[in-house]
Amino acid sequence: MAETGHGEVSKSYITLDSSLESVDQAEEIVLKTARELGFQEDDEGSIGMAVREGVVNAVVHGNRYSSKKRIHLGIEATPSQLVITIGDEGEGFDLSSLPDPLAAENLMRQSGRGIMLIRAFMDEFDLHPRHGGGTEIRIAKNLAGRS
Amino acid sequence: MSVKLSTRQVGDVTVIDAAGRITLGEGASAFREMIRDLAAKGEKKIVLNLNEVSYIDSSGIGELVSGFTTVTNHGGQLKLVGLSKRVKDLLQVTKLYTVFEVFEEEADAVRTFA
Repeated sequence: MAETGHGEVSKSYITLDSSLESVDQAEEIVLKTARELGFQEDDEGSIGMAVREGVVNAVVHGNRYSSKKRIHLGIEATPSQLVITIGDEGEGFDLSSLPDPLAAENLMRQSGRGIMLIRAFMDEFDLHPRHGGGTEIRIAKNLAGRS
Repeated sequence: MSVKLSTRQVGDVTVIDAAGRITLGEGASAFREMIRDLAAKGEKKIVLNLNEVSYIDSSGIGELVSGFTTVTNHGGQLKLVGLSKRVKDLLQVTKLYTVFEVFEEEADAVRTFA
């Protein structure tokens, strides 16, 4: 992916298998772009974590490991921001149905923290139906001093 | 890279040394199995040393919680040492810092067992 200059936006898009190997691949691809943009190590950690959580959700909950369904990964780099979209081909998801992992009665649950972590470590988060079916999240991290 | 787990005894305290990544799949499963084995054997004083753990995802956090519950239900205690800044941040964000006893030094964790 080309480095961005003044006002340049670069975009890329790939599809991945619905497997846990795709989690590593997605993280590697996104972090390569993050480094090219100049993100610092701390932000790289946050971005990597958010991508991993997003792809795991897409593989496990969206596509349910189906070999017939793909993960759709979009990466958009601007001079001030890295925007990532992660889509699945599942049945759709209602965000309001997710129990609050910070509520006292849910604190000791084994699962259910992925989206909360994405929101905590990224600057922007949005979840919506994916064009073509399934669910898509759009997450973004601002480059320090350029937001 | 998955997680590498080993145990050693410090008096009557079992220390689990973890290295690598505790993530969905192999890493989280290995951790779960080890905790269950220790609890089943009657180990009640367990320290989890995360000094060499480079990464934990939400599944790994889930296994820490599950492990804590397993040990507690067996009448034991599970304490954490050697957390990186990233893992500390995770425990803060998930409010699990209020659940786990966390120590910088292993000796301090061992000392606090009744």
